[in-house]
This record gives sequence, C-alpha cells and structure tokens, in this order.
Amino acid sequence: MTQKNRLQNGGRIDRSQSLTFSYNGKEYQGFKGDTLASAMLANGIDLVGRSFKYSRPRGIVAAGAEEPNAVLQLGATEATQVPNVRATQQELFNGLVSASTNGWPSVETDIMGMVGKLGGNLMPPGFYYKTFMFPQSLWENYETMIRKAAGLGRSPKKNDPDSYDHINHHCDVLIVGAGPAGLAAALTAARSGARVMIADEQNEFGGCLLSTKETLDGKPAAEWVASVVAELSAFENVILLPRSTVNGYHDHNFVTIHERCTDHLADIAPALQARQRMHKVRAKWVVLATGAHDRPLVYGNNDVPGCMVASAVSTYINRYGVVPGNELVLMTTNDYGYQAALDWHEAGRRVAAIVDTRTAANGSRAQAARAKGINIILGSAVIEVQGGKRVTGVSIAPISQDGNKVTGAIKALSADTVASTGGWSPVIHLSCHTGSRPIWNDEIVGFLPGKTLQKQLTAGGINGQYELAAALSEGFAAGQKALSELGLPAVELVLPKAKVAVQDAPMSLFHIPHIKPTSQAPKQFVDYQNDVTAAGIELACREGFESIEHVKRYTAMGFGTDQGKLGNINGMAVAAKILNKTIPETGTTIFRPNYTPITFGAVAGRHRGELFDPKRYSAMHQWHIKRGAKFEDVGQWKRPWYFPQGAESMQDALNRECLAVRNSVGILDASTLGKIDIQGKDAREFLGRVYTNAWAKLAVGKCRYGLMCGEDGMVFDDGVTACLGDQHFLMTTTTGGAARVLEWLEIYHQTEWPELEVYFNTVTDHWSTLTVTGPNSRKLLSELVDYDITNENFPYMDWKQITVAGVPARVFRISFTGELSFEINVQANYGMHVWEKLFEVGAKYSLTPYGTETMHILRAEKGFIIAGQDTDGSVHPHDLGMSWCVAAKKPFSFIGKRGMARQDCMREDRKQLVGLKTKDPKQVIPEGAQGVFDRTAQIPMPMVGHVTSSYWSENLGHSIAMGFVKGGLSKMGESVFYPLADGSVIEAEICSPIFLDPKGERQNV
Amino acid sequence: MSDNTTAQETVTPIKAAVMDQLPSAAIQGQSPLHHADLDSLAQQGPKTGGVHLREHKLLCHLTLRCNQGDEAQKAAVERVLGLALPLSPLTSVEKGDYSIRWLSPDEWLILAPGLEAFDIETKFRTEMPGHYSLVNSSGGSTVLELSGENAIDVLKRSVSVDLHASVFPIGKVVSTTFAKSTAILRRKGDHTFELIIRRSFADYIWLWLQDTSREFGLVIDA
Amino acid sequence: MYHIYCPHCAEYREEEEFHAAGQAHLPRPLDPDSCTDEEWGTYLFFRKNPRGIHHELWVHAAGCRKFFNMTRDTQTYEIKEVYKIGEKPSIVAES
Repeated sequence: MTQKNRLQNGGRIDRSQSLTFSYNGKEYQGFKGDTLASAMLANGIDLVGRSFKYSRPRGIVAAGAEEPNAVLQLGATEATQVPNVRATQQELFNGLVSASTNGWPSVETDIMGMVGKLGGNLMPPGFYYKTFMFPQSLWENYETMIRKAAGLGRSPKKNDPDSYDHINHHCDVLIVGAGPAGLAAALTAARSGARVMIADEQNEFGGCLLSTKETLDGKPAAEWVASVVAELSAFENVILLPRSTVNGYHDHNFVTIHERCTDHLADIAPALQARQRMHKVRAKWVVLATGAHDRPLVYGNNDVPGCMVASAVSTYINRYGVVPGNELVLMTTNDYGYQAALDWHEAGRRVAAIVDTRTAANGSRAQAARAKGINIILGSAVIEVQGGKRVTGVSIAPISQDGNKVTGAIKALSADTVASTGGWSPVIHLSCHTGSRPIWNDEIVGFLPGKTLQKQLTAGGINGQYELAAALSEGFAAGQKALSELGLPAVELVLPKAKVAVQDAPMSLFHIPHIKPTSQAPKQFVDYQNDVTAAGIELACREGFESIEHVKRYTAMGFGTDQGKLGNINGMAVAAKILNKTIPETGTTIFRPNYTPITFGAVAGRHRGELFDPKRYSAMHQWHIKRGAKFEDVGQWKRPWYFPQGAESMQDALNRECLAVRNSVGILDASTLGKIDIQGKDAREFLGRVYTNAWAKLAVGKCRYGLMCGEDGMVFDDGVTACLGDQHFLMTTTTGGAARVLEWLEIYHQTEWPELEVYFNTVTDHWSTLTVTGPNSRKLLSELVDYDITNENFPYMDWKQITVAGVPARVFRISFTGELSFEINVQANYGMHVWEKLFEVGAKYSLTPYGTETMHILRAEKGFIIAGQDTDGSVHPHDLGMSWCVAAKKPFSFIGKRGMARQDCMREDRKQLVGLKTKDPKQVIPEGAQGVFDRTAQIPMPMVGHVTSSYWSENLGHSIAMGFVKGGLSKMGESVFYPLADGSVIEAEICSPIFLDPKGERQNV
Repeated sequence: MSDNTTAQETVTPIKAAVMDQLPSAAIQGQSPLHHADLDSLAQQGPKTGGVHLREHKLLCHLTLRCNQGDEAQKAAVERVLGLALPLSPLTSVEKGDYSIRWLSPDEWLILAPGLEAFDIETKFRTEMPGHYSLVNSSGGSTVLELSGENAIDVLKRSVSVDLHASVFPIGKVVSTTFAKSTAILRRKGDHTFELIIRRSFADYIWLWLQDTSREFGLVIDA
Repeated sequence: MYHIYCPHCAEYREEEEFHAAGQAHLPRPLDPDSCTDEEWGTYLFFRKNPRGIHHELWVHAAGCRKFFNMTRDTQTYEIKEVYKIGEKPSIVAES
C-alpha cells in the first residue's frame, strides 16, 4: 500500500529511510522521523479503535500527549506488550507491531451488535454508580462484556525482558519544555553558569517550532533551535533530556521525569541499555514552559474519524509531510485556527471552507486566507458532521453571538476532514500537581497557572502568550529571574526576531448549538476516551450534580488515560451553561501526577527481582545454603527456617531437629538478634528506666532478661542484656525490633533525659551469634575452648570472654530452649570459621543445625514468649503472667509503669496468656483460632481470646499451645473451646504454658 | 583551642570491657563479601570499564562517641590517632592509614589497619577522659572503593544526595540511604568514592552495584 | 517528597532519610505515678491535628540519627523552620 497522504517534500522525516510497521496484523511503510500516528495517517488509516461505551469508530484527533483515541497496544512478543501507548508520541521504528486496544473482534467490524442500543440505553452517565446500586452480580455480567468489547489494552503475561533505571539529579534550574520559551530560558540560565536541566517529551527539542513555518531572523525557526541546542550541549553543567516527559511536580521542587531511552529503537532495548529511565530531580527553580494544547469544539458527531484539532492538522503537514485528508472544513473561534487551513491549502489540497464563529475576522492570518481565495464563512459553525468510518460532509449554520442558538438555514458542504479549534488551553497540569489552583482568564479563554508556594516560574504558552516573540522574551525573562533569585549574574541574550501577527479577539465558545436540543442532537463528544457527551453532562447537572467535581465523577469525564486534556474545559463549559454560571463559578480543573501514563517498569526501576528489597544475610549464610536450608523472612533477614534432609517433610525435619536438641546438641544461627552496645556511667540507670525489671545490682559478668514496654504499659520487645563492665552493657533485642529499639533508646535519651551520660551503638552486624544448645553442648564446646566451662566455673546466666576454636569470643550462658546452652559471640568475620569448627568436632554428638521453626517449638515447650507473636501491643507483662519481670518498687517511674497501672489494665477479666493442652493430644489448634467458654452459645459466640502459638511437640508426644483467655490465669484446669471454620470444635484445657521441665533444671546443669 | 590541655585530675575510668577480638593470623577472617570472591573476579574479569570496584576488607572500624566541646577529649583523640577530630559537619580527616569521619555532632567513625583495633581501643581507654564510648564495629561493615569515569553515574542511581563537586568536594562524608539500604559515602578524589556498608546488606549492595554498573562496564580491582 | 534541612548535618536532604516521630514538645510528666488516669491518657493519646502551623519531631534516621523539631504547615506542606531539641519555635500559629 502506498502512503497516499504523504507529501512529496517537506517535514522532518527522512524519506530515504523507509520503515516497516504493522497495525492490526497488516504491514505498512513509514519513514524515519514519523510517529506511529503520522505513519498511520500517511497510509490513510482512519480507524484506530472503537469507543469505550458506544463502540463508535474513532480516528486520530491530535498530534501529541493529548491524544484520546489513538491509544494502542504495542509489542512484537508476549513479553514486550505495552498497553495504552499514544500513537502520537510513539516514534516509528522498523518492525514496530501495534494493534488497537479496543474493538473486538476488530475495529472494522461492529460485532457488538447492540452498539447504539447497549450504549444508549444501558450506559447513561452514572452508569457505574447506578449499576453498583443494584445487585453486584449484574455488574459482573456487564463488566465481562464491556471489557472484552471496549477494552483498554492488556498487560503482558510474560516477564518484561527490559531493564529500567532510576537516577537522581540536583540542579539550579529545571526547564520543562524545549519550545521557544523553554530554550530561551535554558540558554539564559546556562550562559550564567547555572546547573541547568531541560526536558521535553518530544524526540527533538523545538516544541511548536518543529511544526511551524514560522521564521526567526528571517530563517526557518528550526535553524535557531539547532544553534541553541548546540550551544546548550557544550555546557558541562547542562543536561538535555529529549524523549523525557516531566510527569510529576511534587513538593519542594521535586520533579519526576520519565525518559523513554530506547522505545524509539526497537521492541526490546539494545543490550546493556535501560529501556526507560525515571529522573528524580530536586531543582532550586523550575521553569514551566509547557506551551498549550489546541482545544477542539464540541459539535454533533464530532468523533467521526476525520474530525481533528486544528493545530494537529498543521503539525502533520509541516512536521511529517502528511495531509490527513483531501477536503478540509476548518471551524475556528480565533485567528490561530486559520493556520491549519493555510497549511492545508499550501499542501495543495482543497479547503472547502473556513467556518469562523465570529462575525468578523481581519487578523493577519484571516487576511492571508482571504488572499489565497479560501472560502470564509463568518458567524457560523459546523453543527454536525456526516459519515460513519470517515467524515463525508458537514452541516453549517449561522449561530447567535452568545453561541447558544442556531439562527439560520443549514448549508451542507462536502468534506472528509473537519479541523476545529476553540482556542488554546495552556498546559497548566504540572503547576496543579503541587496543589495550586488554576485561574480562569477571560481574555485568553483558558486557565492560567495559579498561585504557588513552589519556586516556580512560567513562560510562554502556559501563560497564554502564544505569539513567538512573546514566548521568547518570556523565556528569557524567566531565565533572568531564576538567575537573580539564585544570586547568579545576569546574562546578555539577543533574541531572534519573529514576525508579529495582528490578532482579533477570540470568541469564547466551546459547545456548538444544534437545531435540536442537546439531548436529541447527534452525539456531541466532550471526552472521547470515556465517551462523555454534552448531553451526558447536561443530564448529570439536571440530576442534581452541580459541583464540577461531582459531575466529573458521575460522568467519568477526565478519568481516562488522557486525563481529559482535550475535554475537561469543554465539559466545564457545558456544565456552566446548563447551570447558568460562568466557568470560574462552576469550578476549576485540577490535574494530578502523572501527566501521561507511565509504565510499571519505569516506576519499579531496578527494584525488582533479586533487587526488589534487600535481603540481609548472616556470616554463615553460605553454609546454610549448602546445607539445603529452607529460609524464612524475618524482617529483611533470610533466616534458616529448617534444614530438611533428603525428601524429609517439614514436620519430619522439625521433629528430628527438636529431638536432637533435647537429646544431644543442636546449633542455631542467632546472629540476626539486634545487639546494642551501651556505655556510660548512667547506662545502668537508663536500663532501669526502659526495662520493667531491676538493673541496679546486675554484676559485671552477669546476664539478665528484660521486658520493654511502651508508655501505655504494653510489651513491645524483650531480650537479654549482659553487664560487660560496670558502665558497659550489651543489649539484645528481637530480630525484627532492632532498629526500633535503638531509635526508642535514642529518642528518650535525646529528648527526655539528655542529662544521662550514656551512648548507644548498634553492633548487630558486628557479632555472629552461634547458639549451641542441648545436653551435649558443654561436651562439644569443651573441645574447642581454652577455659573450664563446668557449671561451677561458668554458671547459668553468666558470660565469659574465652577463646572458641581459636577465636576470641564472648560466650553467654543463656537459654531460649530450656536446655544447657551457650551463645557464642565472635566478630562476624570469624563466624563461619567457628561455625565450621563446631561441626568438625560436633559430628560425634550428631550436632544438628536447626532453624527458626524448631526454635519456636522448643521455646514454646518452655512457655517462653516471642514478642510480636505472643504479644500484639495490647498486653502488659501481668497479662503474660510475667509479673516477676516487673520491679514496681524501682525509684524511677520506668516506661510502662504508669501505663500498666491504668484502671483498664487492672481488670481481672483481661485476656491473659496461658498454656493450652488439647483433649485429643494429636490435635494442633490453628494459630489465630478464637476461643469460647460455651461451645453451644448462640452465634455470634462471645470470644474469649485467641491462640498465639501452637505446635506439635515431638518431645512431649502431644500438641502444645499458648493463647489468650479471659481471666485465664485463674482458670487453670478449665476447658476452652475452639470452633473452627470447618464446623469442628477443639477442646483444650487451660494449663501452665511451661510444658517441659517446669523447675528449669535442664538449662541449669 | 586552649594551650593548656593537660588533664587536671585523674578521671574515673569508664569501666568498659575492651577485648582483643582477633584470632591468630592462622585463622583467616571472611569479609562480608567473601562469598563474592572478588579476588578471582579481579584476576579473571574485565580489565577495562567505566567503573572500578575494590574492597578494602578486614579493616579496623571504631565508632567513637564523645563531646565535641570537650578540649581534653579532643586532645586525647589527637594523641591516640595523630589526627584531630573533624568538628565541621560532613567532613573527614585522613593521614596515612588512619582516618576519621564525622557522622553526627557526637559520633565519629575511625578507620585504621585491621590489626590495630585492640591497640587503639586500649590507648583510648588510657588516654581519654570523661564520658565517651568507643565501639569496635570492624566485623559489622566493609569498605568499598568505587572509582572510574562512571563511578558517579552509578552513585547517582544509588543515593539521593547531590554529588556535584561544588557541593560534594573531596573529603566530604555523608550517611545516607543507598538504594534500599544505607551507606556512609565519602569522596576521595574527583572520580573516587568510598562506601562503608553494613555486613548484612553487603550482598544486596554488591548485586546492586553490578546491576547499576553493567552498562558502563565493571572492573574489580584487587 | 519533602526537602528537609537537617540542623545537625547543616544541609538539605531528601525525605527518605528521615522519619517523622509525631507531635513535638510533649514532655513526659516528671512524676507519672502522680498523674490521674485521665492526665496520663491525655499525655499518651491526645494529639493536635491542626490545619496550618504544626510542630513535629523528626529524626534524621539514615543520616546523623539525631532528633530535631520542625515547624510545618500541614496545609501547604511548607517547612517553616527546623530547630534543635530544647529550642523553641520562632514561628507559631496565630491564636
């Protein structure tokens, strides 16, 4: 197929580089420099999809980020699928594969059958809202059908093969938009030596100058652009980012930029290159030079392919050498619109008419059109167009100057293209992101950026300055202003001369009247992507939705992937008209990040797969891997969970590990426990204030268990602290609580008790902790130490500095299993050495490595709590049966003391932690099960507490559990029932949580 | 600074446990990146690339916390290390194998040759008056040196601080987030940076550095 | 994403290095045991939630680990000042 709409000459395309692409399975040719949209138009492709609700055929409307219809699915393979790519922004490359995202089974076939009917009757505004008001089952039916038929792209089912990047920047001035204003601002700032960044969403800098025939200093504007880009590129402190959309403007001048690095090259990024990059920029000053979007008019059947915004027509002709039709009717409310007709005419195709809604037009462009003999119809409008898959003709009628009525006879004209413009809408989106409200301006018939607290400047089209000379001088002024704010020297800049056009005032008109009332007129679309019509907005207003925010949510206007870039202002105007208000009275429009949709890949950056989140390892991790450990996540740590042997099941492995510890000796990697070194003469006093128990008399060489509570009296961490010197302690915390406890100590020291002389330092990573436990642990360790470790010489709850396997160690005789235990702490660089030596000599004792699950079972057999599993922030030490760990008589009112003395904390029927022994010893109560006292009680049954820990104990031959029971500490021997989801009920007897060795003899040998 | 800094009276020494934590030289320590086998990568890997990485392993890391306004303490530090405590935020001092990094108004990180930890700690305990803490953290971190033309590109992908030479000159040190972990970052030269990272995060950071430097080419230096 | 000046590091850093630690200037009662349940409950649980000027405690968690105070406008997200623990704010809400 030939490119029937391609001009022989002109445009910024390279006709010597032909590129092949496919659309909906068919191959076409385009040129290097094309966008997918321009190549499609060159090939005469009118249909790019079907509309969301009404399944109407849709074509390309615009030429940039504001495009609502040409939202396509890209990707040559399953893994490289990208949904919802705007064809107007996708550069063409050889082998590009695209498909329409909506229209099932094809855009050409109207299989939805019910089309108009379904859409017309079943999907009025508020469809979703109203549907949800009815049984939800109905929605499921609708949704399936709508999604399949309308669709909005799909995600790939395979992993994305590309990589994505994030990068941080700091700069003095960030310029958004590299049109005339942005380039002038950048050049000004750069010449002063400022650190400058300039980003533009297009593939090359120049903005509107890429699509215009305007001249600067009598030469094509592009020449000036090239000279500025060359100068900017030579500055060391300037970063130029083409193909980079500034997507978010956040607090304190933090700006996110989405760069498409290789999307224009191929389906998959070339080796070693990131496909897309997110730039995170902290800018001292931001200059928004984002320009303006042409705003289409709202008229009957304005969605028929061939209806476009006027400036897009110029862009396709001037930039891409594509005339998107043969016979143009232009409808305009302003002088700028004439340019499209002039360009069309110059391209050698027929302009059927310029329809100007104003009664007079004497500006420079209107005069030029007149001079070329183009038919200009004043005081009139295109009230509707004819055609199905392409415009075939238009109906033109005179309208009243308030824009509300058709005032005369309809005249028909033949045309295949209708370009319309209601004037420019400044691209104020980014200025809204930080919460600034835009302000309506009657003179430019558009919103301007509102007040902001950001260090933000604006220049050019965003300010309603549409003439080239004005844009240039505003850019220069913004650059100078930034420099002066930054305290940098001002610079000289000779701006190129632009021709000045004489302008007539634009007419404020958005919604073209029809001879029929809006509700009966042909559909007049406001928001193409969400199929919101003028009639729909009127209906919403009549139904009582007067706030524009409500109207938007009710009609879904502006909720598409285009965020209503073309439609929002027209929608407000329609609402304003029906509510008999002005636009500023109706409300304002607010845009939020992102400016255009961004891929998940770019959001994730490198934080995916192995790098999704840090994995923390102990010094013995490689050994655990070799030994085949299964790992458990504890915070970011990867801890061995259990060490299966061969095809052993998890339960079998746990049984074996548990028996080994109780009968011989096991070893646990406990390095992940938080460890805090505490020094200073007030260290002891500090411990007394943050722990519930007493620390005043703990002697050097001794260890003690401590409970830590919040000011509310509730337990939040626990651990053993050793007295290393009279003014030196080593505190251990839970694995997950390490960072929180350190911050807890610091906040009290820094804000409440700075007079206490004490310092805290984390040493978690510095020490490897190897717990050797079991009746044979002493025998095993004796073979590796230089010290007499008999009970007499090294009793329970003491610590010693001795040498283990040749490595100096601090060994703590503390026990979390209830067995004779030694916790060996060595500098982590030597952890692996000691661990391996223990296994060398441990073979004869069948030294068994065990993981966190066995640790949990063994401690539960002893009734030891795990903070965070058996506590949940709502239990104090007395609830846990740990009153022995509260020294109420300490002179200082320690943290938690007052809290646990509150009336509510003293209730006798509080839920208290008890042991639970099932009547059937084989039954293991699920953790989290809720208990009841009366199994026959009416539903909802009064619940008396939940099970916190529950295991099968191979050592005891029965299940063991701990849980909370109301008043449980005084209900020993009574029954509590656990009704389960499957209807069964487990009965358990309330008992002491210490199931094994209640006197603690085993750990004390 | 007072020219009369000799200790006026004997201060009660803090009763802290100081421990020689190193075994005999026969037992080889394993740095946090031992499993990555950087030595083999240095021998077999590429010799040219935009990013060079070298681990300075098994050094002595000591965290000192004391009062920056205490002249006697500052004098003691100088006696022990031959270096004055850097008092300006985010600065560091270096002399031969010894260096001190400002971490906070009352916290400094001292690096010294790996075998000297116990010696230095012992000297501190004799020399240093008043309230302070000194903690050996040698096993808890390792030092990476990142250099080459693209080292800064890797860092811009990893930390959010401004690395421009005008605000991050040689000698500046910051504690900051590094990817989703943390690091102490110091500039050693125009294209040379030092990263001090925590042991348990070392593998994550190693994977991260490989990923971010892939496009520039990573050279492991022995 | 705030840009926060750390009064100890004496430079601006990204918000990701900091944690907010709640309302500032809430001293722990000197004698908790003499507080009534109501007084203790007020100290524990009751916090201001102003629209406008607010004083908060922040910590430079990934940096110097020091706590400091911040005066912040909760409506505009403007940081009016930072000041060290023990210091008083110079900007306060109009009463």
